[in-house]
Amino acid sequence: MDGGVGYVDMDALKATELRLGLPGSDPPEKPPPTTTTTARPTKRSLDEDRAARREPSEGGRATSTRATKAQVVGWPPIRSYRKNSFQAMKAAAEAAGLYVKVSMDGAPYLRKIDLEVYKGYKELREALEDMFKCFEGCKGSEYAITYEDKDGDLMLVGDVPWEMFTSSCKKLRIIRGAEAIRGLGSSQ
Amino acid sequence: MVRGFGWAAAFPDEVWEHVFSFLAADADRNAVALVCRAWHRIERRSRRRVFVGNCYAVAPAAAVRRFPEVRAAAIKGKPHFADFNLVPTDWGGGAEAWVEAMAEGWPHLEELRLKRMVVSDDCLELIARSFKNFGVLSLVSCDGFSTAGLAAIAANCRSSPVHTSVGLEVAILVSVASEGVNELSLVYLLLSSADIPYLRNLRELDLHENEVEDNCLNWISHFPESFTSLVSLNIACLEGDVNTSVLECLISRCPNLKTLRLNHAMPLEKLVSLLQRAPQLVDVGTSKFSADHHPELFSKLESTFAGFKHLKSLSGIWEAGPTYLPAIYSVCESLTSLNLCYATIQSPELLKFVSRCKNLQRLWVMDLIEDNGLIAVAASCKLLQELRVFPSDPYGVAPPISLTEHGLVAISAGCLMLHSVLYFCRQMTNAALLTIANNRPNLTCFRLCIIEPHTPDYISQEPLDAGFSAIVESCKDLRRLSLSGLLTDRVFKSIGASANRLEMLSVAFAGDSDAGLHYILSGCKNLRKLEIRDCPFGDKALLDNASKLETMRSLWMSSCSVTLGACRQLALKMPRLNVEVIDERRGRPLESWPDDFPVEKLYIYRTVAGPRSDTPPCVWTV
Repeated sequence: MDGGVGYVDMDALKATELRLGLPGSDPPEKPPPTTTTTARPTKRSLDEDRAARREPSEGGRATSTRATKAQVVGWPPIRSYRKNSFQAMKAAAEAAGLYVKVSMDGAPYLRKIDLEVYKGYKELREALEDMFKCFEGCKGSEYAITYEDKDGDLMLVGDVPWEMFTSSCKKLRIIRGAEAIRGLGSSQ
Repeated sequence: MVRGFGWAAAFPDEVWEHVFSFLAADADRNAVALVCRAWHRIERRSRRRVFVGNCYAVAPAAAVRRFPEVRAAAIKGKPHFADFNLVPTDWGGGAEAWVEAMAEGWPHLEELRLKRMVVSDDCLELIARSFKNFGVLSLVSCDGFSTAGLAAIAANCRSSPVHTSVGLEVAILVSVASEGVNELSLVYLLLSSADIPYLRNLRELDLHENEVEDNCLNWISHFPESFTSLVSLNIACLEGDVNTSVLECLISRCPNLKTLRLNHAMPLEKLVSLLQRAPQLVDVGTSKFSADHHPELFSKLESTFAGFKHLKSLSGIWEAGPTYLPAIYSVCESLTSLNLCYATIQSPELLKFVSRCKNLQRLWVMDLIEDNGLIAVAASCKLLQELRVFPSDPYGVAPPISLTEHGLVAISAGCLMLHSVLYFCRQMTNAALLTIANNRPNLTCFRLCIIEPHTPDYISQEPLDAGFSAIVESCKDLRRLSLSGLLTDRVFKSIGASANRLEMLSVAFAGDSDAGLHYILSGCKNLRKLEIRDCPFGDKALLDNASKLETMRSLWMSSCSVTLGACRQLALKMPRLNVEVIDERRGRPLESWPDDFPVEKLYIYRTVAGPRSDTPPCVWTV
């Protein structure tokens, strides 16, 4: 079980391996072989591999990773059946968008936003503030963002998890002034 | 016959047959057949189930001749890596040769299961016509057929001897005392230009993940009104719409229906009215599980599912939003199998649902469940035996899902009965693998896929040799293993030495040299299937272990370092191996290529049938 005759022990190999290039530099990363090439995988010593990975040059590495990912046939190993159905579902979901109307008390017209663009409440709040800046005047803080859910009830934005909110929100309404303060009451 | 085995004659054949009937494993029956000629004869005449792991390992006619009384056959075709588009689509695995031989020699065949084979509509029609007592048709990961072929199957189903159909010339009532059956059976024979025995008593039609062309919209309506024997129907893989009202009629008249797995296309309202007709279902695969919120639909769904008193298995739930999932909380307690691997539900809802499933034994889910979800599963699902976690975004780079090695470690700690794992993730450590190995020495199947090739232990930056070594050393009953991440030859040394029960090994982007392959082939006593891609394994290891290859079902190597010369030598040395070189680029014949020509894809399998006659242009049997 020792490797036998003719098989080089890993550790011995490391010590004797000849390398091109300056010491400590990364060997150029070859993309993993595709079906159209029979490139033998680059022989790298363990140290080189470790060095390459420690450098978190995210930008360059990420793009090359993205590019190489696209090239590798059959990796990761998921069934083409699953790939197809999932991609179809994803495409359908992405195409839809989640557009809801936004009304603000006192504003002459409404706006429409795509909830899927935002990752959470903070971003939504910021976007809404941005959108309705021109109507706020000096009393910027006295407002409450509410929404109408699928049952038709007026709810305060922020109580439920984001995903639940995006799936049940039918339209947004920004309530301003005294009404908003009364409504906020104990919360926040 | 040798005198010493005269004892075999001490009992009549039927006694030995009865004894042999207690041997479930083919290996045991094979052993029995080697004892003496009498046992060989008795065993072969009494074997009822045949499993052909590689359709090219034996000629169909030979199999049919050897076991003339087979009632159930299962046959597999393409290599496993065909699932990932590594095998050319025209490689082979056609079912005609088998179906023709079976139609000829096994007219009493009741069950046929085909996996990864190319099944044409003609094949399906032949099946529909040839087997009088056909009960089970299962097609898994097959292609080459359309819904027209399914219509042929459906049209030939009968449950009671009532003739209907158009085109009938003469119907004769015949009473037959068939061989081996004591009671009289009444049989209608349909006489027309083609004599057609029909698919009586079709119980199970299982279409699992096939690529089916949709050219016959109403194939379901070809099931005759008299057909009532359906027990299991799985049409989850069909793309097109299925006529709901026809399906409703079918379901209503099949009181024994236990399994119903529908396809994606059916809208939720229709699904609900369908399911209401079959509260006895044990296994349900839903269609699309999302729709705009309607309180009425919600409560209908709720009451339908509350009506399932025996539901054990749930799947489908495509595109589920959080809206309707709470409607089916009532079945959670009773579920033993849950397949949410197409459900794009986010972690909080998933968590809520799965943690109610206290009796779950099998869970297939997307990585959207995240570590938190798995920690909850580990706490709630104490009976869990099998976990599969699939990637929701395998090609994306961001945003990363919060599913890491921690989820798997939690499961390994909390689920004492866990024995089978398939896990896609983006990071792993040796420490985690060690913990998993120590927690769960009862693992029989461990398939880990770290999505980025060559990924090391993200904390120590070491290769994952130590982790996987721990797995094979601790899990003595490990039968299936898939490796990933950064791995050197060292891990193969451990596998070769420790993985004594290992039957199937999948390797990708791993190893440093031929030593890796040599370790595996010179160890792993029970290895049956080995599939390798993108590893620096080459000629020497292959040739040094040539005889090992005859003890295995098959070996697949692609994007490795094997040359044509080695393949030639191997083929010469081992006449009972088919050495198939697959190359989709070149037009010139194999003979003209030099020995040092690099082989892109190689498929080697043992066979008693010799080189196959249906190789496509891209495949050469050396």
